[in-house]
Amino acid sequence: MRSARDIARGVAAREFSAESVTREALGVIVRENSRVNAFTQVFHDFAIEQARRVDEDVAAGKPAGPLAGVPIALKDNICLSHGRTTCASRMLENYHSPFDATAARKLINAGAVVVGKTNLDEFAMGSSTEHSIFGPTRNPRDVTRVPGGSSGGSAAAVAAGMVPVAIGSDTGGSIRQPAAFCGLVGVKPTYGRVSRFGLVAYASSLDQIGPLARDCADAALVLDVLCGKDDHDATSADLPPPASLANVDEVLPGLVLGVPTQAWSPANHAGVTTALESSIAAYKKLGAKVIDIDLPLSDYAVAAYYIVAPAEASSNLARFDGVRYGRRAEGAKDLTDMLCKSRREGFGPEVRKRIMLGTHVLSSGYYDAYYTTALKVRRRVKDDFDAAFRAGCHAVLMPTTPGPAFAIGEKIGDALAMYMEDVYTVGVNLAGLPALSIPAGSMGASAAGGACVNLPIGVQLVGRAFDEARLMRIARMLERATDFAPAHAGGA
Amino acid sequence: MHEHPISIEHVRKVAALSRLAITDDEAAAYQHDLAKVLGYIDRLRQLDLAGVEPLVNVGDVRDRTRADEPGPTLPTRTLLDMAPESFEQFVRIPKVQGDGGGA
Repeated sequence: MRSARDIARGVAAREFSAESVTREALGVIVRENSRVNAFTQVFHDFAIEQARRVDEDVAAGKPAGPLAGVPIALKDNICLSHGRTTCASRMLENYHSPFDATAARKLINAGAVVVGKTNLDEFAMGSSTEHSIFGPTRNPRDVTRVPGGSSGGSAAAVAAGMVPVAIGSDTGGSIRQPAAFCGLVGVKPTYGRVSRFGLVAYASSLDQIGPLARDCADAALVLDVLCGKDDHDATSADLPPPASLANVDEVLPGLVLGVPTQAWSPANHAGVTTALESSIAAYKKLGAKVIDIDLPLSDYAVAAYYIVAPAEASSNLARFDGVRYGRRAEGAKDLTDMLCKSRREGFGPEVRKRIMLGTHVLSSGYYDAYYTTALKVRRRVKDDFDAAFRAGCHAVLMPTTPGPAFAIGEKIGDALAMYMEDVYTVGVNLAGLPALSIPAGSMGASAAGGACVNLPIGVQLVGRAFDEARLMRIARMLERATDFAPAHAGGA
Repeated sequence: MHEHPISIEHVRKVAALSRLAITDDEAAAYQHDLAKVLGYIDRLRQLDLAGVEPLVNVGDVRDRTRADEPGPTLPTRTLLDMAPESFEQFVRIPKVQGDGGGA
């Protein structure tokens, strides 16, 4: 599979057709999806139809969009008026959205061809893509392992060479952690950068939509398309898109990176520490100044996150009542009984647990002790990052995850172990900052049958608010100076 | 890490507030699971947060007004077709009065 940039350029120049590219992608999906289970739905006819429209427009001399003919996959919590929008939940198993999410509309208007919807942890709640009515997605690098989550289907689709780019959502690390586990670049934009209109809400003060790609330039290309003010999302910022692709290949002179002391946690796998050291060495070789910083509140970010996110989820998911859409239980004796039974049947165990947790922390007598406390911690988490930027850092460099992809089933019975996957990522959502994960090496691990596999490791770069263009350049410097990215299926 | 004491009665109350049907076995499982997560969350008590202003949302959350002009909306039929049960121009629901009435 060619890069998204090559596809868009080639389709615009009529070197090859969007239809041929789309057929190639659909062929890989047919071949690979039974192995990794990345898709909840594949839109064969709809994809060909979209591709032909792109080819017709190009043939008619209309200006080709920046994503002309690029096959793309959408996480199945992003509304599309074609197919179903399931959130991998029984609640929305048969839900047909009557409208397109703004992000989906922008991609299609830019010429992208939506080939399908990807698997996720139900309502984006999870770090492994195991909590899904469609069954777990498998990591293409080692199918006995998880791809990360909750955007695991999108990550697996790109890593398996089914699509060059895919779209995910990130509330506490759900783009960056799967990118790290699958050897990809995954970007969570600044809060407010991308409209969430049509993204099924999990935690509204944290959710952002962003791209997963094989390299920084493809990620920048898609990011630029996604960004922008939208009247349908009052939190979207009134700023022009970052134009991050334009200068992505330019090296930044005078780059200063901050590495928090907390990044060297003894809980890290050895491979993670090595990847961080290699990244620091590579940046120093490129002339960057790397300074030690302190993010003292980062040890408390997970605890604050698991108050704020469930609190917002308990409120957001109140809309699923079996009245206007979604699942309705049979045989209820009255309205309240119908609500309780429909929600019991419709939501899986992790979603129910987070709703319960959120309702508890917001309930009378507990609100101040939990919710208000978490919001104060949130302020301090943001202040810590702000202090690092005031000290001159252009970005903060740290691990994306404490370890590589874990085995399917390994953490599903231990919620706290699963939540600790988010230790390096949730603070960024609390602070609303842009961040990305980029491949930074790999570590050997044993696979089924005594074989050995190389599991990708990612590092995370956190930027200043709305500074995506610089963040993408900083990441691109590392990508071009090293061979950390794994060899990709079909060649990158 | 100490276990946070929450009673089965409180678990049932939270389930009712969450509009989630719950069995006895599930109540016991939730009591255990929630206690474990809340026990971890209790580490926040170690922090001195006096004088810190809570941060609800990092974005620009001012109210935004717009002209009150009619625009395109989804057709009524489309919306009614999404409902599990509808009747003429209405969404049909079970009776509101009853044991669980006043929801």
